[in-house]
Amino acid sequence: MLEANISELLDNLIVAFKETFLMCGTSVGLSIVFGVPLGLFIFITGKGLFWENKVLNFIGGFLVNVIRSTPFVILLVLLIPFTQLVVGSTIGPVAASVPLSVAAVAFYARLVENSLCEVDKGVLEAAIAIGATHYRIIKEILLPEALAGLYRGLTVTAVSLVGYSAMAGIVGGGGVGDLAIRFGYYRYETDIMIITVVLLIVLVQGIQFLGDYLAKRTEKK
Amino acid sequence: MIIFQNVFVDFLSKQGEVKAVKDVSFDVRDKEIFGIVGTSGAGKSTLLRCINLLQIPTQGEIFIKGKAISYLKGENLRKLRLQIGLIFQQFNLFHTKTVFENVAFALKVAGKSKEEINIRVPEVLELVGLTERANAYPSTLSGGQKQRVGIARAIANNPQILLCDEPTSALDLETTNSILELLKEINEKFGITTVIISHEMNVIKKICDRVAVMSNGEVVELDEVFNVFTNPQHPFTKSLVNHTINLELPARLLQNKRKRILKIVYSGNKAEEAVISDTVKRFKVHLNILHGTIEYISHKPFGVLIVELDGSAENVRRAESYLKERTFKVEVINA
Repeated sequence: MLEANISELLDNLIVAFKETFLMCGTSVGLSIVFGVPLGLFIFITGKGLFWENKVLNFIGGFLVNVIRSTPFVILLVLLIPFTQLVVGSTIGPVAASVPLSVAAVAFYARLVENSLCEVDKGVLEAAIAIGATHYRIIKEILLPEALAGLYRGLTVTAVSLVGYSAMAGIVGGGGVGDLAIRFGYYRYETDIMIITVVLLIVLVQGIQFLGDYLAKRTEKK
Repeated sequence: MIIFQNVFVDFLSKQGEVKAVKDVSFDVRDKEIFGIVGTSGAGKSTLLRCINLLQIPTQGEIFIKGKAISYLKGENLRKLRLQIGLIFQQFNLFHTKTVFENVAFALKVAGKSKEEINIRVPEVLELVGLTERANAYPSTLSGGQKQRVGIARAIANNPQILLCDEPTSALDLETTNSILELLKEINEKFGITTVIISHEMNVIKKICDRVAVMSNGEVVELDEVFNVFTNPQHPFTKSLVNHTINLELPARLLQNKRKRILKIVYSGNKAEEAVISDTVKRFKVHLNILHGTIEYISHKPFGVLIVELDGSAENVRRAESYLKERTFKVEVINA
């Protein structure tokens, strides 16, 4: 009985971890691809910067805030038509990756903007005074100087995504968090719930450890 | 070399319009070290930043080598900035780049090739005495070393103008002196026109040829450093100079109304004559030295003596007028 349970649990866990990695990996990847440029855009259209533009800055910030203030479950449902359009389906882990990515991009964009704000303005002024182009300043000074902060933000984003992905069960996304809810919570299988939660803790710790390591390595201050 | 023509800079702040620079006109000569001194908030930093257009003047014009610059934009502005080095109070080094890479960045911006960079960076680092720290990150350097990197980065492209924004205000006294010596050496070796701003007269005294004194956004005095020290005109300049040449007397001495206390200022060649012993011998007065100093500014001696004069009224009067004749300036300070 116990053995059957364990092997069933193991199979379930393997599938769930694959789904979690698929969903979180996709959205972390997309938050780098879209979140960094979006955060950078909001930063450099800000006051006193290269492309200072109140209107564009407001639009960028507003867009990010709209997504961030919508509860994720509602965003998940609201985005169903968009998901259908992008991946051709509205259920399963791939479909769940779409709203997850949208939330992650907005979330990370704000964190990117924050880390860019923390770059010493004097350092940017030095680069401007040297006569560097905006492109060169962004590529060779701004982003490298903010890199440790960018890694930290990405770590926070990835950890939040592990949490959000539990809600992907609503659209059949699966994943470890969903497993904990279905078996542990709905079926009162406390031991399974504990095992999955412990595994989630290990996963989050692993992400945090990797993020801290990357941030430390780039930090020269 | 640099001409300011009726330059105004206004800021809009929460408190309303702030006039940071008000109708400033003067010129900085080719190859000189020009100082701008004033308290914080006097507008000197704002004025300095107008030279490379980090600050755009609200009104007026700045000419560099006869060319008006305030309209420059984009590519032309970048070209101008390549000709003007800037060093900062807080150094503003790139934290994630090594010393070598900090200097190399300036060269890269100027479009230099890898080979040229690999030759030029060690050259400049040797000049500032940091050859051994080429691969160090700024966080591991001392304040003085950081400023040396700042200087290396600023002069890497052989600029014609070097702007120094309070370059020693974050440094201790000894390091300050070594940085000032380095700036002087660079000025002499390469003939870079140097503009240095500071709130400390001591910095100005050590290396500047001429100085502009700024107060409340205006230049209130401009002259050779030696003249400003020996013969300040504006009250603000006078107080600055007095703070620098610290000759405070205890109040109880000044209250002594019986004897005259004189402040004798002597400068140039007169500083080396034996005026004091002459006076004592000629007029049979007692002359008691209470305080004194001799400074050398631009290699010229400049001295201040505070003396107490005692003797018969007639002798004191004659001694005083003799001193007035033979020295630069005599003031009675307990009258």
